[in-house]
Amino acid sequence: MSERIPSYPGTPLKERDFTEGRVLHTWWVPKADYAWDAGVAIGRFLAGLKEGRILGVTCPQCRRVLVPPRMVCEHCFVPTSHWVELPGTGTVKTFSICTVRWDMERLEVPIIPAVIALDGAEAPTGGGGGFMHLLGEVEPTPEAVRIGMRVEPVWRPAAERTAAITDILYFRPLKEG
Amino acid sequence: MKMRRVAVVGAGMTKFVRRALETADELSWQATRMALDSCGLTLDDIDAVASGTAPDAFDGVHMNSEYLCPGSGGWNKPFIRCYVGGGTGVMAVIHGWYHVASGLFDTCLVVCEEKMSSCQPHPQGAFLTIFDHTLERPLGPNLLWIFAMEMNAYMQRYGLSHRDIALVTVKNRQNAKDHPCALLGEDITVDDVLNSEVMAWPVRRLDVSPISDGAVAIVLAAEKVAHRITDKPVWIEGVGWSLETAYWTNRDLSYPQQVEEAARMAYQMAGITEPRKQIHIVEPYDPFDYKELHHLEGLLLADKGKAPEMTALGITRRDGDLPVCPSGGLLGVGNPIAAAGLMKVAELFWQLRGEAGARQVPGNPKRGLAQAWGDLMQVGTVVILGVA
Amino acid sequence: MTERVAIVGAGWYGFQSITPEVSYKEMMYEAAVRAYHDAGIDPRRDVDSFVTVAEDFNEGTSIFDEYTPDQMGGILRPNETIPGEGLHGLITAYMQIKTGLIRVAVVEAHSKVSNILHPAHILAYAMDPIYNRPLGLHPYFIAGLEMQRYLFETGTTLEQCAQVVVKNRQNALLNPLAAYPAELSLADVLDAEPVAEPLTRLMVAPPADGCVVLVLAAEEVARSLTDTPIWIQGVGWANGSYSLENRDWVELDYVRQAAELAYRTAGIRYPRGSIDFAEIDDAFAYKELQHLEALSLCRPGEAGPLTVEGATSLEGDLPVNPSGGSLGCGHLLDASGLARALEVVRQLRGEAGAHQLPDVEVGLAMGWRGVPTTSAAVVILARED
Repeated sequence: MSERIPSYPGTPLKERDFTEGRVLHTWWVPKADYAWDAGVAIGRFLAGLKEGRILGVTCPQCRRVLVPPRMVCEHCFVPTSHWVELPGTGTVKTFSICTVRWDMERLEVPIIPAVIALDGAEAPTGGGGGFMHLLGEVEPTPEAVRIGMRVEPVWRPAAERTAAITDILYFRPLKEG
Repeated sequence: MKMRRVAVVGAGMTKFVRRALETADELSWQATRMALDSCGLTLDDIDAVASGTAPDAFDGVHMNSEYLCPGSGGWNKPFIRCYVGGGTGVMAVIHGWYHVASGLFDTCLVVCEEKMSSCQPHPQGAFLTIFDHTLERPLGPNLLWIFAMEMNAYMQRYGLSHRDIALVTVKNRQNAKDHPCALLGEDITVDDVLNSEVMAWPVRRLDVSPISDGAVAIVLAAEKVAHRITDKPVWIEGVGWSLETAYWTNRDLSYPQQVEEAARMAYQMAGITEPRKQIHIVEPYDPFDYKELHHLEGLLLADKGKAPEMTALGITRRDGDLPVCPSGGLLGVGNPIAAAGLMKVAELFWQLRGEAGARQVPGNPKRGLAQAWGDLMQVGTVVILGVA
Repeated sequence: MTERVAIVGAGWYGFQSITPEVSYKEMMYEAAVRAYHDAGIDPRRDVDSFVTVAEDFNEGTSIFDEYTPDQMGGILRPNETIPGEGLHGLITAYMQIKTGLIRVAVVEAHSKVSNILHPAHILAYAMDPIYNRPLGLHPYFIAGLEMQRYLFETGTTLEQCAQVVVKNRQNALLNPLAAYPAELSLADVLDAEPVAEPLTRLMVAPPADGCVVLVLAAEEVARSLTDTPIWIQGVGWANGSYSLENRDWVELDYVRQAAELAYRTAGIRYPRGSIDFAEIDDAFAYKELQHLEALSLCRPGEAGPLTVEGATSLEGDLPVNPSGGSLGCGHLLDASGLARALEVVRQLRGEAGAHQLPDVEVGLAMGWRGVPTTSAAVVILARED
């Protein structure tokens, strides 16, 4: 390949080729708006959040409590049935401390996304039920945040909840004692 | 069950650049033209086209493959696109493989393209939409989150240090110096990586492969035809693919189970019982440095938690016992998603024919494995290539 | 390579104008469960490959394949997503089985178009960003242009196009799956508001939600699963010119080529004599006529008169879209072709109920990806002799 081919196509451009108008381009902002039907499982889950409750649903076969809830257990491929309310507390399974926004702009205050394994949804084979959320009321440093840290949800005031994942503001470390 | 043998007989690629002047369609054409020229074929010799391109949001065209079709040689031809996120580049080879192995066609072009730079203000922004629309997007996630969380889980589980992991970037960027299409071929040190700015702890800037534009194309042919086209066909000996659950928060992220499933499927088809001995070159997907290690373990080429040690011992260098990413990988060559995966397959094609020039792995390698990965850490796609 | 491939199971959800009661995952699950039950299989054990058909911008999610395996029963199994026509997905599953590596494959396609707030804008996003999009036109203008030229060159009349709508919406009255059954008159269709002249609103298939799942199996397995395997006798597909400026507005080369490949692989030399009925794309009423001709099921310019004569009605010589097509069932985006194949399967099995065609043995299903594409696929299915 290297010997036989003299050169490779592809013309690299620099930022200033655009800002200085040396390269022509067209702009388009797509109007890509959607209203997704929440459906049975997530609909019920969101309604629970509005009430300040975290719900899970059980697979009658493997007995896992599934969070986020879904109408079918993907392991057993049977419909899930029994809904349960979880205490809300959980354990940090993994986390990151993010210093950039989705468009790569620097953040003033780092945010801490984490996967929280919820109490009551542990699975015998590991990998229990839980979801991603943010951590708060903790220093955004790898010394302060640990895998295995115990946390509890902090809820948005009831009147401000909209049946969304953001009805939980964040999870904070459980106070000792 | 006797399966129809399919070989890779030609390959071509464009440079991987941060922003290309060429449109997506033009990039596809450049790579496709080159692939056809490399084996002396014209479009008339091509029976079908298998396309692979990842998120349409980057190129900024819905039904992106329709737009890329002409440049990919698909005009007046059977043309189907496959798309499994980051796994697309290797899946496209499998996709092309079954076009020929099914007996329907004797030749098939596989074309992968990505023009990430079209997406403004920053291509990373398009990744926002890969998250669950109801439970995750409202939290404002970015792609770095999941890599960082997976890296953290992996490091925590096996007590790995960042220093061990950073060696991968150093190795791959160095390898990439010998790749004529590479974006980031350079000499850096582990300290350079560890001192680069934190993006999403533990991920630092130099742990990450660059967003890029580029295209790659390969030509597949059935056995009889392959022998007429070239005296050194590179056979597709094994294929495997697997997809894990969308509920990634319920998974054990320290191990990519789906990569193991895909690898086993490919090893079985290829009749490989001792991969560590029988695979001579590996091109695992390395969008981040820790991923190369994670995947080596998933491919059963390293014990769990032991891939960093292998790297530190020099085993994965080009002149080591098991060269890994001799191309320079995504970290060094660039990461135009679907094209990046196919670049790895093209690399094996050139390596196994002894045509990799300055990147050539010594010792006459006979068998190589390329692997890609993607989605929310879910997909594993594996292809095993071999020469007689 | 295996000898033959059959469809051994079929399931669906819908089709309806809106489906607020289920998420797309739940919709897929229901259709899949029906299909697996129909085939008598357990996806966790018996299926080797899952093929889903989806486009990111139709779903509102990038890398949509992430969200497919769970509700199909496919986690940690081979899964692939094909952004293409539903029939491209079926053909992919077919090719995988023909290699000998895969014995049972499942193909799924769905539409939740009701969740897209501005579907025309999404369609516009499929147009060439440099040459066409900046014109800011509703993408249906492409169909308007094509219809105009098609009528001009073939002598097909507006009334003949309107008759397609009347026929298909009427067929839908006998199809419990159809979303838009209606008793319309020619005048209703002709006098409806213009969309992109000469297209009127009623000549455009209205959108619908739904899901179709089909189970395919290699011959040996098919025979052990069912007494009514529906054989995939022929497959063909092709793309034409993406460029609006370079395409032929009357001759649909890509449909002709797709059909030729399908007939060749099916060993069919005289299509009109071998195909008993057809389910083909009618996203726009004139398309049913144009496609019939491009599929060589009648001569150019003949489709219009044949329709008015009743040859393509349920009682005719060559029933076309007995299900009601997209005009009657609703347009399911890329899942439409798979919905056409579903109907062919049900007809061949004798399961079509009130709109069952008598004594059909070979059926053709055809899908087109809609404007602005020139992408089509054809599948020929046959009952066991």
